[in-house]
Amino acid sequence: MKQVTLTNVSKTYPNGVTAVRPTSFEIEKGEFLVLVGPSGCGKSTILRMIAGLEAITEGDLEIAGKRVNDVEPAERDIAMVFQNYALYPHMTVFNNMAYGLRNRGTSKAEIDKAVRDAATMLNLGEFLDRKPSQLSGGQRQRVAMGRAIVRNPALFLFDEPLSNLDAKLRGQMRIEIRALQRRLGVTSVYVTHDQVEAMTMADRIVVLNAGRIEQIGTPSEIYHQPQSTFVASFMGAPPMNLIDADYKGNGRVYLKGGLDMPAPVETGRAGSVKIGVRPENAKMLATETQGALPFAINHVEELGAIRLFHGTVGGQPFTVHTSHEHAIPEGTAWLDLEKSPVLMFDGATGARL
Amino acid sequence: MNRTRFFDHVVLLLGVAFMVGPILVAFLTSTHDPYEIHMKGLMASWGNDFVQTYDKVLFEKGGFTGKVTGLAMLKNSFILGIGFAVGKIVLSMLAAYAIVYFRFRMGVVFFWMIFTTLLLPLEVRILPSYEVMTKLGLVDTYSGLIVPLLASATGTFYFRQFFKSVPEEILEAARIDGAGPFKFFVDILVPLSRNMMAAIFIIMFVYGWNQYLWPMLMTTDEGFFTLVRGIKQILLVWVGAQIPDYNQAFALAVLAMVPPILVVIVFQSWFIKGLTESDK
Repeated sequence: MKQVTLTNVSKTYPNGVTAVRPTSFEIEKGEFLVLVGPSGCGKSTILRMIAGLEAITEGDLEIAGKRVNDVEPAERDIAMVFQNYALYPHMTVFNNMAYGLRNRGTSKAEIDKAVRDAATMLNLGEFLDRKPSQLSGGQRQRVAMGRAIVRNPALFLFDEPLSNLDAKLRGQMRIEIRALQRRLGVTSVYVTHDQVEAMTMADRIVVLNAGRIEQIGTPSEIYHQPQSTFVASFMGAPPMNLIDADYKGNGRVYLKGGLDMPAPVETGRAGSVKIGVRPENAKMLATETQGALPFAINHVEELGAIRLFHGTVGGQPFTVHTSHEHAIPEGTAWLDLEKSPVLMFDGATGARL
Repeated sequence: MNRTRFFDHVVLLLGVAFMVGPILVAFLTSTHDPYEIHMKGLMASWGNDFVQTYDKVLFEKGGFTGKVTGLAMLKNSFILGIGFAVGKIVLSMLAAYAIVYFRFRMGVVFFWMIFTTLLLPLEVRILPSYEVMTKLGLVDTYSGLIVPLLASATGTFYFRQFFKSVPEEILEAARIDGAGPFKFFVDILVPLSRNMMAAIFIIMFVYGWNQYLWPMLMTTDEGFFTLVRGIKQILLVWVGAQIPDYNQAFALAVLAMVPPILVVIVFQSWFIKGLTESDK
């Protein structure tokens, strides 16, 4: 069942800037959808249009089967968690959570129960009488979550909720938010610029770039089957290696420096292409073998569990990811890409071939 | 370290003496009888007339018509000061709320129009203001004293700056929480502005309390006299051989200072917070 449907929704500001080009996608009931992209890609604008904080220039937005383009945010049955928490500084934690319910005329007993249940769920029980300024960042984030939960809405909206937290807490909250969402089964839209958050939390990811959808898919699809060089380089750290090459239609691609390798796919049209290899998919050998490419290593990053080798292939930057047990070769190593999953993209448009 | 501290304290003590000295002299002088003051000038010692003077100033009916007491003047000053401060805060908060949170045509123009009224203080527009009040029949009323001075560009400006510093997300969170424009104002903005309101209250109370020119024009009935005018009235009686009641004038001046000082003491912690802190 579709909980949210966007049909050709676009946003153009009065000054003529287009933030979101006509965009269509659907969100299933209970799904956790992540909108990810670099800053200025329109992800927050889409979220704010769903929330009703931003007017929709064109297109239709439906929530639970009802067109809500002109419905006030409060009437859309949504709850939102903001990046800077947006708690009411003068209200206690209890009142922060209760405020939305009070405005809806919920009875005192019900409010009390809802707030206390949410507080228990979020381990905020002992903080109900405190002001937000007396809480840590993680606790404030939980209060913001609590404010969303007590309303029991049809849709949760998260606007980069973790970017003000330190790395350790972020990892922990990531898991908490996802577990909570699974437990409550509430459809959620989550905006982030952090590809790790997108990969780890999403049921499906929408990758946006310059106000346009680049690709929609499960984290695995997005990672292994990127539809464009943008998605390939945005998702994954370190990003996918993309090297320029020429495809001449004879089953091989020709790299700079007089190197060549088998083309991963056959297409009708010859021309310039980009060859995409995930750092962990390149097999590194110490000695030259048939068909291997020379890899000049410049720098090794030791990350404990893994090692990253930075260097060049035919003069173009390339990174290889290995386990920490992999020996560090001297000078030049060899890359065997023949059996690796290798992707090929159009050199001009960046679309996958 | 200690020497620095000692020197700091000397500077502070000198400052205190410099600021408090004149007030102390005024207070001490007010405890002497007028003849002594007339002969010896300002006094720096405790006189014998303290109870008598202050009793007279507060409770004896004086003025030309002989129907206004010091207490009544104190009351009038309070009405003026509080009416002024409260009215200005309410009005300028509402104006700033409209300017900051509502997109209406020429909003910016209206703001700058309000702002330019800073260039037109009461003294400049005193004749037209008086004429309007006369036509409305508000001469010799509290409304006439207070209302024409309520519009405050300064207050509007302060509140505008403050509202602009309130994060946008708070408004958005409140909208999602179902708070309309009125609820947002009452439930969120007013409590957040407490410090700001206290700061403006002090400034405006003192400003209203010290008004002289406007009350003098607007009220002829001595029942509306304020303390500041009362002082003047006492010194005006220098006719013939009669010596003015210097002691009473000083006593009134001291009395006129007490409420503003109390207001500042009570509100000062908020005042400082309002001017310096932005705990959002």
